[in-house]
Amino acid sequence: MIRKNKADWAAFLALSAGAIAMVGPFIWLISTSLKPMAEQFDMTLVPRHPTLANYIELFHIMPFHLLIWNSLKISAISTLGQLLTCSMAAFIFAVVRFPGRNVLFALLLLTLMVPAQITAIPQFIIFKFLGLYGTQAPLYVPSFLGGAFGTFLMRQYFQTIPLELAEAARMDGASLSRIFFTIYLPLAKPALAAFAIIAFMFSWNDLFTALIYLPSDVEKTTLTVGLALFQTQYSGHWTLMMAASVISVAPIVIAFFLAQKHFISGMAMTGMK
Amino acid sequence: MSALRPMGSERWWVWLFLLPTLLGLALGTFGSIFATIGLSFTNWDLLTPPQWAGVDNYADLPAGRMFTKAFWNTLAFSGLYVPLTVVLSLVVAIGLNRRIKGIGWFRVMYFLPAVCSPTATGLLWNWIYAPDNGVLNAAVTAVGVSPVSWLGPRMALYSIVVVNVWGAIGGGMIIFLAGLQAIPKEYFEVTRLDGATAWQRLRFVTLPALAPSLFFQTVLTTINAFQAFDYIYVLTSSGNGNSTMPTLVFSIYRSGFRFFRMGDAAAQAVVLTAMIFALTLVYFRLQKKWGEA
Repeated sequence: MIRKNKADWAAFLALSAGAIAMVGPFIWLISTSLKPMAEQFDMTLVPRHPTLANYIELFHIMPFHLLIWNSLKISAISTLGQLLTCSMAAFIFAVVRFPGRNVLFALLLLTLMVPAQITAIPQFIIFKFLGLYGTQAPLYVPSFLGGAFGTFLMRQYFQTIPLELAEAARMDGASLSRIFFTIYLPLAKPALAAFAIIAFMFSWNDLFTALIYLPSDVEKTTLTVGLALFQTQYSGHWTLMMAASVISVAPIVIAFFLAQKHFISGMAMTGMK
Repeated sequence: MSALRPMGSERWWVWLFLLPTLLGLALGTFGSIFATIGLSFTNWDLLTPPQWAGVDNYADLPAGRMFTKAFWNTLAFSGLYVPLTVVLSLVVAIGLNRRIKGIGWFRVMYFLPAVCSPTATGLLWNWIYAPDNGVLNAAVTAVGVSPVSWLGPRMALYSIVVVNVWGAIGGGMIIFLAGLQAIPKEYFEVTRLDGATAWQRLRFVTLPALAPSLFFQTVLTTINAFQAFDYIYVLTSSGNGNSTMPTLVFSIYRSGFRFFRMGDAAAQAVVLTAMIFALTLVYFRLQKKWGEA
């Protein structure tokens, strides 16, 4: 490590202290999850008798494999819906001039301010009367109706693609949908990857929606609701609970380490104007 | 900006591509807002037909014990969470915006809590805050102080703020880093030649250049603050639908989706939305005022 001067040294020390505060809880989490139940109150960082027993017991208590599968399925479908419908709208906003375009886009951005709870109540009533309460459909169907964040993000990217490409394809008689699927989507792979990761993460981490529609059915519900249920049933069993927590953050953390750049560029794009 | 003008059959494609978004806007957002406002004037348990209630649901809000608590908790929470999150993520971003080898690892570490589900990390914080033999109380008793009820009525607000800020620093940091990296290097070189101190560089170059991201980040953090739910649910709720630190969103969840009092929940949701809109408006006014000064 090359350190230039005193200021860099001071910054390095301060940043290290902060990093310990950010990551420390995770180290403690993993450590506790590897301790036998009898040693859960041992305040040692390295377990004296490390064991995987908690991880095995988890699956006997609750169908964690189903919870993981449900979360994976719901998040994958939601991500697909968001990618498709947001990039379709983004393509039109970026490439085509049509009456009311700016007003519509402004309205869309305005929805960023609308809290999910105000829309959740009528949606809940609609899904309930459609007989979909207690099914997974309400968790992914709304993803197929676009969204401000994804549309905005994809539009920013599509605008960087030279319009001449679309114009040339059009001269050759290509339809708008052909231009979208064969030119714009393939060129937007980096933005799609970043957006996919963020969309997946939001869906995977969602608690509120899953809690509303699938509050207690461990066969159908998501990992987040399963964890919350698990917590109320096994309060005080810290080693078990920490193992459950590790299992549910592991997929996202592994994905994060593998695709850091996409995560970070996706997050950075949320702040773009 | 140039753009294609749709001709003939292309018009069909335009509206077809926009259809999901238009449906989402019409049904999902604006239709839902009107529906919620309408519902707030009724009493409806979803079993018997809805009954007109006039403004009763609003009039009864101040008398509801959870609502009043939730209202003040939401304000107190936001008042602490917003400045702490914005300032800390800015400080971290400025600290990490330098060319030291290995700085990428620091970014990863600071960002880690932001990618994890608050439900899962909430279990961990429950263990840290646990009243008997919890991690924090073990540390506190080791230095001779008596154990603290971290999630009890007296401390819950602060404990919850700490966890939420911990989870939010990463996201804010990334946005500020992007803003910092967009500042032209020449700006800093000029001030260096002028012999400006680090503080002067921060005050006269970095902060003015970051003003737009600072503004939007403050607005977004405020909107998030008013919607905080996950950690509050995992850390403070009890089996019977109560909480030691309910916020408005928690109270809406409880009234609407646990006890199916749709009218009551709708009225609270309208109040919450009105608060968010009002605050956003204030922010934009303030920005205009500062922009002119």
